[in-house]
Amino acid sequence: MHLPTYPLPDAKGRYAEFGGRYVPETLMPALEELTEAYLHYKNDPEFLAEYDYYLREYVGRPSPLYLAENLTRHLGGAKIYLKREDLNHTGAHKINNTLGQALLCKRMGKKRVIAETGAGQHGVSVATVAALMGLECVVYQGAEDVRRQALNVFRMKLLGAEVRPVESGTRTLKDATNEAIRDWVTNVRDSFYIIGSVVGPHPYPMMARDFQSIVGEEIKAQLREKEGRENPDVVIACVGGGSNAIGAFAPFAYQENRPRLIGVEAAGHGAASGLHSLSIGAGRKGVLHGAKMFLLYDDDGQIRPAHSVSAGLDYPGVGPEHSYYAEAGLAEYVGITDEEALEGFQLLCRLEGIIPALESAHAIAYAAKLAPEMEPEQVIVINLSGRGDKDVVEVMRVMEEGQGSRAEGLVQGGQS
Amino acid sequence: MTTREAFARAKAEGRAALIPYVMAGYPSRGADLEMVKQVLPYADLLEVGLPYSDPLGDGPVIQRASEQALRQGIHVADVAAFVREIRSLTDKPLFLMTYINPVLAVGPERFFGMFKEAGVNGLILPDLPPDEDPELVGLAQGAGLETTFLLAPTSTEARIQTVAPYCTGFVYTVSVAGVTGARDKLPEGLPELVGRIRRVTEAPVAIGFGISNRATAQQAAQAADGAVIASALIRAHEEGRGLVEVLREVRAGLERSLRV
Ligand SMILES: Cc1ncc(COP(=O)(O)O)c(C=O)c1O
Repeated sequence: MHLPTYPLPDAKGRYAEFGGRYVPETLMPALEELTEAYLHYKNDPEFLAEYDYYLREYVGRPSPLYLAENLTRHLGGAKIYLKREDLNHTGAHKINNTLGQALLCKRMGKKRVIAETGAGQHGVSVATVAALMGLECVVYQGAEDVRRQALNVFRMKLLGAEVRPVESGTRTLKDATNEAIRDWVTNVRDSFYIIGSVVGPHPYPMMARDFQSIVGEEIKAQLREKEGRENPDVVIACVGGGSNAIGAFAPFAYQENRPRLIGVEAAGHGAASGLHSLSIGAGRKGVLHGAKMFLLYDDDGQIRPAHSVSAGLDYPGVGPEHSYYAEAGLAEYVGITDEEALEGFQLLCRLEGIIPALESAHAIAYAAKLAPEMEPEQVIVINLSGRGDKDVVEVMRVMEEGQGSRAEGLVQGGQS
Repeated sequence: MTTREAFARAKAEGRAALIPYVMAGYPSRGADLEMVKQVLPYADLLEVGLPYSDPLGDGPVIQRASEQALRQGIHVADVAAFVREIRSLTDKPLFLMTYINPVLAVGPERFFGMFKEAGVNGLILPDLPPDEDPELVGLAQGAGLETTFLLAPTSTEARIQTVAPYCTGFVYTVSVAGVTGARDKLPEGLPELVGRIRRVTEAPVAIGFGISNRATAQQAAQAADGAVIASALIRAHEEGRGLVEVLREVRAGLERSLRV
């Protein structure tokens, strides 16, 4: 077990101009302390052995790289593999990061963890590792999301976490993140903030990337075994804040012979509607939650609410390293609408017997567009970031509203 | 009047300087100027807030005020117009408090030029540690604006050494690890913190966060050259109490003759 070392960020936490630490001064010493602790423990054999132990025995790693034969046949082009992060404990890639950060928190002697959550996936994941490690856990969640995600709220409570509804702003993920940071500013001496994606001030985007890199590293090793080569032709992952995508991309991104890396943002009701989460596709450079990144805001710099049918992609910004990849051309970023994502969702259910998270369904939907244009000896890896149990009620609601009617047609077409 | 003169005059009169906070568009368009008129007689300097959608460093009172102001459809240009109106009423130093994203959205040079022209003396940038973007700080100073950054009880010697030299207006010292909001009492240790800052800079030092009454004002005056009062004023307005009552009490607490 090792944690990787990449050329970026620089010593100031920058990926070219992106990243950095745009935070209240109160936090600066804590961020310096955290950076130092992380850089120490990432090379500490005992820390790494403990992380490795829990990844194997508790999370269930390595996750399979599954050849989706039915999907491959159906699309009639490139060979499609699914990286099965949905099979991890708690049902998503999130735990690779929360586990690493919780272990670091323990080493730093802090007894209380804070987290933000949107739909509740990251919150559940943090509550889980907090229970495991015996840490006090407070999760901030927008009041609107608390109402919409009652089941995940109950899960977090079962796991011993306190869930605090956030009533400010749009009462969703970005406001929950503000509130988590405010808690951290107030309790910085004894609390550890476990951020949910590759966002936030340095060193968070770097730490979360390093902990998620296990995804891309396993893909390499598994492809070597299955295909006799480390590099697929294309890696596709959905992008909210960008943690599952960076985990799949970073181990490839800095190589000379780089596969095509394609990040899929949520296009919601379409770019023109204004109701989307296309931070890279339609955003500008700005600062949110402590980092410079591509971001959705109006002419006065007020942050615009994002939209997606999938709560985990519903974030107005995107991690600084993705912002850098986009600008430097190391990766491509595309959009998939709500409707297309619902098609991808049903496609995987019917063809492979796998119910994907709505977030991951965006990646599937894009692969469904791309694969037919490729050759049979080419390989696509889709990062299946999570399972869809959490989404079935929402999908049922949307389909009953009739928005899913086109999607139903597609699945039936696929059967015939 | 320059910033240094404003602090010096308060000192000559035997008190720490009072820096009330008003927000453009709060409680509404037009009524914001009424608040200015109430606070100005008590002010040595004035802090003018630009309402923002995601005020990371602010507690619930200023968050609510921001939301209320933004619901009025306040744009950056309206804030500049508000500053212009305040400038026509007073020659006291005006400091614009803004999060960094509106500055980036408008474009730093245009933003600084707009507010310099409107009549602000300086900027307070609560989510920009100055060493994160020295170039932007240089642009502000080049536009003729003073710059003020925050230091906190958690600030290490190294952070003080880094940040203080960028504070050409005054040093804004945060009284507690936390967000803005009125408190009954400030933590111990402020004189020690301000002492550490004074060893690095000649700039005046003001204390902010939590100043709400005579006791907190006294604590601030014992340690520093000035005190910012923000949430307590907005709360007084929300509760339908007179601002003047709060301002009188705080101003009395800032009198050095009352030092205990
Ligand atoms: C299953 C799943 N995939 C993807 C995401 C998006 O986050 P990120 O872009 O950080 O991977 C989430 C967030 O909640 C998620 O739960």
